[in-house]
Amino acid sequence: MYGTTIRGTRYGFPDLKSLMAKAAPLRSGDCLAGIAATSAAERVAAQMALADLPLSVFLNEALVPYEKDEVTRLIIDSHDRTAFAPIASLTVGEFRDWLLSDAADEEALAALTFGLTPEMAAAVSKICRNQDLILIAAKRRVVTRFRNTLGLRGRLSSRIQPNHPTDDARGVLASAIDGLLLGNGDAVIGVNPASDSPEQCYELLRLLDELRETLNIPTQSCVLAHVTTTLQLMARQAPVDLVFQSIGGTQAANSSFGIDLALLREAHAAALALKRGTIGDNVMYFETGQGSALSANAHWHCDQQTLEARAYGVARMFDPLLINTVVGFIGPEYLFDGKQITRAALEDHFCGKLLGLPMGCDVCYTNHAEADQNDMDDLLTLLAVAGVNYVMGVPGADDVMLNYQSTSYHDVLAVRRMLDLAPAPEFAQWLSDVGLGDARGEPQALPASFAPLLERA
Amino acid sequence: MADRRPAPPDMIAKLRSATPARIFLPRAGAGVTTRATLDFQLAHAEARDAVEERLDVETLSDELTSRGLTAVRVRSAARDRRSFLLRPDLGRRLDDESRERLKSFAGDYDIAFIIAEGLSARAIARHAIPLLERTLASLDRTSWKIAPIVLAEQGRVALGDDIGETLGARLVAVLIGERPGLSSPDSLGVYLTFAPRVGRTDAERNCLSNIRPQGLAYDEATRKLLYLCNEARRRQLTGVELKDEAESLASERLRAIDVARPQVETNLD
Repeated sequence: MYGTTIRGTRYGFPDLKSLMAKAAPLRSGDCLAGIAATSAAERVAAQMALADLPLSVFLNEALVPYEKDEVTRLIIDSHDRTAFAPIASLTVGEFRDWLLSDAADEEALAALTFGLTPEMAAAVSKICRNQDLILIAAKRRVVTRFRNTLGLRGRLSSRIQPNHPTDDARGVLASAIDGLLLGNGDAVIGVNPASDSPEQCYELLRLLDELRETLNIPTQSCVLAHVTTTLQLMARQAPVDLVFQSIGGTQAANSSFGIDLALLREAHAAALALKRGTIGDNVMYFETGQGSALSANAHWHCDQQTLEARAYGVARMFDPLLINTVVGFIGPEYLFDGKQITRAALEDHFCGKLLGLPMGCDVCYTNHAEADQNDMDDLLTLLAVAGVNYVMGVPGADDVMLNYQSTSYHDVLAVRRMLDLAPAPEFAQWLSDVGLGDARGEPQALPASFAPLLERA
Repeated sequence: MADRRPAPPDMIAKLRSATPARIFLPRAGAGVTTRATLDFQLAHAEARDAVEERLDVETLSDELTSRGLTAVRVRSAARDRRSFLLRPDLGRRLDDESRERLKSFAGDYDIAFIIAEGLSARAIARHAIPLLERTLASLDRTSWKIAPIVLAEQGRVALGDDIGETLGARLVAVLIGERPGLSSPDSLGVYLTFAPRVGRTDAERNCLSNIRPQGLAYDEATRKLLYLCNEARRRQLTGVELKDEAESLASERLRAIDVARPQVETNLD
């Protein structure tokens, strides 16, 4: 039993997960689950009670039962007591103050990584203002490598997302070329296939690999198929750079995605064995998003942000090159409007970075959410200030296959200009070598090296 | 110095023709030109309007009646658009009054067709009748006993389970407005569920998506729907197992399915 008394009113919370849920800033998904605070005052009371809680409580009280959930077992069994030692005596509130202090510099935050559990990160995020989430996250860089170096300070990378409603090869290629001409694609050139058919995915993999080889681009490609499809394709020697998978924060949520930890381990090992990375061996690409567990009825009555942080607890065991929260994709029943989407994205980025992940974000919304492109402009700028590793580059911000809006190639250019950020160093060099300079060149100018590709497109 | 040259306009046109994506947008510095920005805003405005629009039940009901069809109107438990968006559970079940009304139509039906606005009333207004006409005209009435057409306000896909169970239908086809995309504010979807009952999961359904003239055309959609209806009845199931077969189905077999031309009057006894 947890609780606090404010001016004579007693607020009680029966267990840790209800305390966490009531302390979460308002969002529709927690209301849908029936676990949100029922008044604004109750929410702050929960935040006050949470702030007074010792961090060590999270090592003793599991939100999802240890016996019934392999994600909980992974989190508890991999906890690093030595790394935890410097903050072991702190409350959640004192931990926030420490994170804001000069003592928590980049080195101290990196050392803390495996001493923190996802639940601790989620707890402290709930008592942070947006500004805190940005300020603290900006201190922590997470650098990963495959064919280039992602996540360095002063850099902002992007994924080219050249989706097509029927996976048409020319269509995908045309969108990818447009992105490259606009200086995008250093994080990955990654297609969401319209069909999960192995044949179609194989064709897309070959197409993207040929594109990369032809232009000699220091980047990586990915077809975002289900991990079982990618495993099949690797067995057939398909050119797989990165293994993609959507993941969630409970065993049941992962089961609804058709995966478990053993399957991820198998895929990770298979991708490493291909040895396709030239300067590093971060070979996994994960996507997550608040609300996925609830939508699969796999949430154990935990709040959606805590479960999202637990998904990061899964991801970090696989040293991913890329991980992004697809923050506004799930719809208004989980994140209602631009305000909720913005808050969720900042929390996700903050928790992911503290937990040692190379966080990116699909800054996005659907047409039935109360949000528009102005909200995306705001969020993209905030995340870039917070040091997000990468964002999406979707032609004109309009994904014509998945039917939602994200950020555009141009948005990436705009933010790089506003905040003086550059692409990954190897990619920036390539842009310069082929004559795209800093990607601020003449509109629609084509380097000569692109000519053979254009003939095919 | 690398060789650079402006892309010839025909090259750009060729690339653009390969995809509906917004590529090679005219630039203004790091941004896009005013016209391109406003084009995007217009597309978003249309998608937003499509979400907010309500199903014109009167008109739709009249159109069905004029074709000799019986139409029953029901509502989900979601009272308004906001609760529909925030409470998917309410959009999946009938309100009490509707359930009572529907009970008076209960019978022994092979299939029930349900028209629900979902997230795009516009999709229903444009494509529901053309698809329904073709499908009804192509079904063999001697072997298919068809329930009255149900018009459902504020309904989600799973509302069909509640409706089908209440009506006593062995199969339900829910024609529903899909989540509007920026370039497709009027996509119609059809979800087919065998032995509908409350609690069915999406894995137990088959879906046809993006039905509109620019996407899956009416005749092709009808062929696929008829195939799925027949197979669902033959094998007594819908869902993942049926999907695998439908996708591997040779296109000749699909083409062999006759789509009757819509008639002005479709006589349902």
